[in-house]
Amino acid sequence: MLGYILRRLAIAIPVLLILVVLSFILMYTAPGGPFNSDRPLPPEVMANIEAKYGLDQPFWKQIATYVWNVTTQFDFGPSFQYKNRTVNDIIAQGFPVTLTYGFWSFVIAVTFGISLGVAAAIRQNTWLDYTAVGISIGAQVLPNFVMAPLLIMFFTLYLGWLPGGGWEGGQWNYVILPVTALATSYMASIARITRSSMLEVLNTNFIRTAQAKGLPKQQIIVRHAMKPTLMPVLSYLGPAFVGMITGSVLIDVFFSTGGIGQYFVNSAFNRDYSVIMGITILVGALTIMFNLVVDLLYAWIDPKIRY
Amino acid sequence: MLLNRNAVSQLEDVPIEAVKGRSLWADARARFFRNKAATASLFVLIALGLFALFGGLLAQYERDFVDFTLIGSNAYKGVPSIETGHYFGTDSSGRDLYARVVQGTGISLMVGIVGALVAVVVGTLFGASAGYFGGKIDNVMMRFVDILMSIPFMFVLILMLVIFGRSIFMLFVGIGLISWLDMARIARGQTLSIKNKEFVEVAVATGVHPLRIILRHVVPNLLGIVIVYATLLIPSLIIFESFISFLGLGVQEPNTSLGALISEGAEQMQYGLTWQLYFPIAFFVITIFAFFFVGDGLRDALDPKDR
Repeated sequence: MLGYILRRLAIAIPVLLILVVLSFILMYTAPGGPFNSDRPLPPEVMANIEAKYGLDQPFWKQIATYVWNVTTQFDFGPSFQYKNRTVNDIIAQGFPVTLTYGFWSFVIAVTFGISLGVAAAIRQNTWLDYTAVGISIGAQVLPNFVMAPLLIMFFTLYLGWLPGGGWEGGQWNYVILPVTALATSYMASIARITRSSMLEVLNTNFIRTAQAKGLPKQQIIVRHAMKPTLMPVLSYLGPAFVGMITGSVLIDVFFSTGGIGQYFVNSAFNRDYSVIMGITILVGALTIMFNLVVDLLYAWIDPKIRY
Repeated sequence: MLLNRNAVSQLEDVPIEAVKGRSLWADARARFFRNKAATASLFVLIALGLFALFGGLLAQYERDFVDFTLIGSNAYKGVPSIETGHYFGTDSSGRDLYARVVQGTGISLMVGIVGALVAVVVGTLFGASAGYFGGKIDNVMMRFVDILMSIPFMFVLILMLVIFGRSIFMLFVGIGLISWLDMARIARGQTLSIKNKEFVEVAVATGVHPLRIILRHVVPNLLGIVIVYATLLIPSLIIFESFISFLGLGVQEPNTSLGALISEGAEQMQYGLTWQLYFPIAFFVITIFAFFFVGDGLRDALDPKDR
């Protein structure tokens, strides 16, 4: 097991390094620096600014400094746009917000999705099954950027029950709409995968054996059918995680929650490269780590996998 | 003689035709058209395509014509109506929403279809080659795909859009870069089983060039499954593009796509221009639904696994 973990890490770390180097090269080749504005600055001022941010150094020195700072001290350098703030400050401010509603969305999508899928599979071809299938087909075409305006339309403008934006330190009524908008389509996908996987498992021989032994149905589901059912769900969690972290960008912008996504898009419009790169690398690292965890869980659950 | 002489002589006149065999494709077509939801969705898609191509002819206004007489009063004077010629109403700046929805649908469809074509060509060839050559080559090629897949691509794409400028062309490049990854995996998996079939062995034994084997013997046998996944890929690419355009980073004014239109509608809904949200969302949802159903129908018809 330890060897397997080490081998996976040996792949994950170069991938991250490639991501860092690649995004730095992209940024370096970009035409027009972050300080080129409509009114050109005097050359002395420009030289001063470039010296301050180290932009006057040769390419190899810049990239070496950047990679070294990122990998050894998690230091993404200063922001070009917000004076006197580093990228780390911005991440420290925005990330907890994103993490809060991202965590709840993930938990809700997984728990509701799996329960809905299992319930539908057990009561196949009853009204419960049809409702679950209907919900999951319907929610498939409602990605976060369609859900978000519709939710605000209904709950904020029409009913006036919930605030349509803001964060206020994460009070529950400010969290509900972002979480719902982010979680719905993933909940639907997880429910669909769970249902078809459970139906497949329930038709296998070992389940028939368990039934023939006269085990109670509940025990069959929980003890025997659950583990193999969850395997395809588990392999969907990686893509779902990427999708949610991507979706959080939109949620941040649309609900003005103040998470990292809002800074990301702002920086994209203002060409604040260091912030964009910092967030991209952070998200890349999170994704790679999450995929690693999923793979380990998979290896642990599935006895057929040799590591 | 008990036989009716007349009937027999009539039978003699019937020209003896060769018994017509049903090809696999004819079989699949029959199976597809037996699926009512898929058939209906196919017609919906054709209608949407015609709408995007020729719907502009019905528009009473150019899509970038601003009706200055409506400024400040779009919320009640710009209501959808046949009489004013604004079938879908006007948007907040007094432009005809119908003409813009026609263009938005067209661009969204184009993004999906072009992206899927790239996926079909690149992904199939890449996957088929990896699967056919096997061994080290396969290992390296698929590791490359794994690495690309583990990067949160939306962030990298936004970084690229910032650096190289926001344009439809960059959007196509970005979508082309990722859309083929899944297809490559699917094609590889299928190739692994095809390459052990007798007809490939015969081709190898008679000294056919490997590239020719891939193109003439492997790829045609992948076609069914490739078509299914290409159809299912289109809606996810449309969602992908709409997401970026919703953030304002994709298609730029005066051009528009469904995502950009939904975003504009979401900004305006609190001022009473609800139609500006509902029409784009309706077209978006119908498009995605139709592609999903057609894809499902094609899978039932073509995928040998579920027969």
